[in-house]
Amino acid sequence: MEMAENSSGSRLDPWVQAYASRATSMRASEIRALFAVASRPEVVSLAGGMPFVEALDVEMFRSVVNSVITKDAKTALQYGAGQGHVSLRESVLEVMRPTGMSAHPDDIVITAGSQMAIDLIVRVMCNPGDVILVESPSYVGALGVFRAYEADIRHVAMDADGLNPVALQEMIAKVKAEGKKVKLLYTIPSFHNPAGITQPQARRKEIVEIAQREDVLIIEDDPYALLSFDSIIHRPMAADEKERVVYCGSFSKIISAGLRIGWAVAPHALREKLVLANEAASLCPSNFTQLIVDEYLRTQDWLAQVATFRDIYQQRRDALLTALTDYMPPGVSWTVPTGGFYSWLTLPPGFDATAMLPRAVSHLVAYVPGTGFYADGQGRSNLRLSFCYPPPARIVEGVKRLSNVMSEEAELLKTFGVGGN
Amino acid sequence: MKVAVLAGGLSAEREVSLRSGRRVSQALRDKGVEVFEVDIDADLLPELRKLNPDVVLPLVHGQIGEDGSLREVLDVAGYKTLGSASAAARIAFEKPIANQIAAAAGVFVPKSIVLPQEAFKSLGAADLLESAISSIGLPMVVKPSHGGSALGASVVQTKSELPGAMVTAFSYGAVVLMQPFITGTEIAVCVLEDKSGIKTLPIVEIVPDHQLYDYDCRYTAGMTEFFVPARISPELTYAANEIAIKMHKALGLKDISRTDLIIDAAGNIWFLEVNINPGQTETSLFPQAIAAAGLDLGDVFLNLLTNLDQ
Repeated sequence: MEMAENSSGSRLDPWVQAYASRATSMRASEIRALFAVASRPEVVSLAGGMPFVEALDVEMFRSVVNSVITKDAKTALQYGAGQGHVSLRESVLEVMRPTGMSAHPDDIVITAGSQMAIDLIVRVMCNPGDVILVESPSYVGALGVFRAYEADIRHVAMDADGLNPVALQEMIAKVKAEGKKVKLLYTIPSFHNPAGITQPQARRKEIVEIAQREDVLIIEDDPYALLSFDSIIHRPMAADEKERVVYCGSFSKIISAGLRIGWAVAPHALREKLVLANEAASLCPSNFTQLIVDEYLRTQDWLAQVATFRDIYQQRRDALLTALTDYMPPGVSWTVPTGGFYSWLTLPPGFDATAMLPRAVSHLVAYVPGTGFYADGQGRSNLRLSFCYPPPARIVEGVKRLSNVMSEEAELLKTFGVGGN
Repeated sequence: MKVAVLAGGLSAEREVSLRSGRRVSQALRDKGVEVFEVDIDADLLPELRKLNPDVVLPLVHGQIGEDGSLREVLDVAGYKTLGSASAAARIAFEKPIANQIAAAAGVFVPKSIVLPQEAFKSLGAADLLESAISSIGLPMVVKPSHGGSALGASVVQTKSELPGAMVTAFSYGAVVLMQPFITGTEIAVCVLEDKSGIKTLPIVEIVPDHQLYDYDCRYTAGMTEFFVPARISPELTYAANEIAIKMHKALGLKDISRTDLIIDAAGNIWFLEVNINPGQTETSLFPQAIAAAGLDLGDVFLNLLTNLDQ
């Protein structure tokens, strides 16, 4: 073909050659496009882990915000300390108390959500290529942080009691055999996101012992600690092993996600570095929202509000489990969470939750495909259902729709002889 | 002038549509136009009654936005609307029918097989897929018959990949289209029609990083290299422009359209599809063609809106 005079092409991005290699995976995707539809009210979204903030008393919150402005606007509107406001750090101790966690206010670093705490820990601890062990599956937000720091992410199998110690030991041995060292173990022991599983105390002890023996630092992510449906508040690993475990807590699930306030409890030397890293990242967490959280905790019956949330989520969990039992086709299995926001479904052989998502969205139901919770492409036959936001009747409707989607998908797989059908 | 820009909806192209809507809305606001962005749902007509726009500008993708339904509703409700009438939209949306019209107009159209899922179920998928491979050959493109942004589209290199590609495509729609995968120079010809007549904009040549100009390449800046005007001969440029105008006229389209073509190694120009509601996002083809013509997005839409003769 004859060419006209050459002209230079455009990639519509003058920086395309300049990006760090870690930005390679930051791109548009069909999955994200489908989630844009999930935000519409017609869609029953069992996808996002959005706390049901409608259960908060807005008037009460207005009075809390007013009080902060009235009492100390000068502080609320000013920069603050990189470690976080001392008054809130004292209040955090009260929030952790029901779990058995004790600490000194100086042990605590306030962060912009626990997501920021995870980011700071990895920033301080990991070079590119360092090995981070995570559960199989693991929280998508944490995986995003680990990827951003170019960590070598390895998944460790879970069983009904969470992270499997034998698999953990085997993975550590495998990493050692490769001439590498495991730098971090990231775990969500209570009401796991996305698996909905909780580690019993004995299991936690085993994992901590392995970490001690192998000299691995544990990140214990515990945002759902107080949202237990069976009155059991699980004692964090960090309550008994403060030097080996960095504990991450959050107000997103027990007050409001919009405030973006979380915290880390870290061993002394690491905590000092986290403070410096926090300052480098954002100078300081928002004084305004810190003071709102602190005022709320000091003046309101926050435990009663947690109980309200817990009751709502328990009803929704029950609705989900009943609907799954009533409507899911044979061959589908799911976890039974005793707290938190999520249940993890395993689909029959041949089903691909990622490929099925467009059909689900066209049936006005959304979920998160399992692949999002893995760094290595696993999870195609899994999906996460969140029961935290839609009311029970909508959850039931969503599961019915999902059941129809699965029937159609089964027909399609059978027609084309894909998978085990 | 008061303009209601319709965007969003419930299709998988919602995000693309919202981005197009925001971009065109801002471009019109920069020209002093009063613009309201409206997400389409069951409250669309009450919302429009409340806003009482002089003109409606639909930038909704997917079935309702592009199969003529939305336009039909707007016509029934009596709104002056930019773009193709519903009957023309319906024909353009049905790729097999658009292909027939293109072929009848003397345009090269890749051989295609269009079948609903039911046909595979009733007649036996294995035999049908075998026949499709014999008829079309490999590699082939498998995509949903409706919809855009290459959602659900795959290039199939081997026989064993075909069932999976069918499952992917059928997840987006009930009818699937199979065509040979033509390698060559992929181009888009954008057409504008106003009272002065029908004209084409500089042709956009598309060189995606992936084998297929897929969703990632379409909407991630940097993943596709564009050449505007396309690096093709004046003769091919002329021929491609003629095809786009021919398709615009043959399908009875109005105001705006984009025809996607591919030029093979022998210099044959193949018709891929025509789009009555082309994307207007930061990485879309139409705005690039407008810029290459030395025009401004806001001016172009303002001109189209002020010259509507309904």
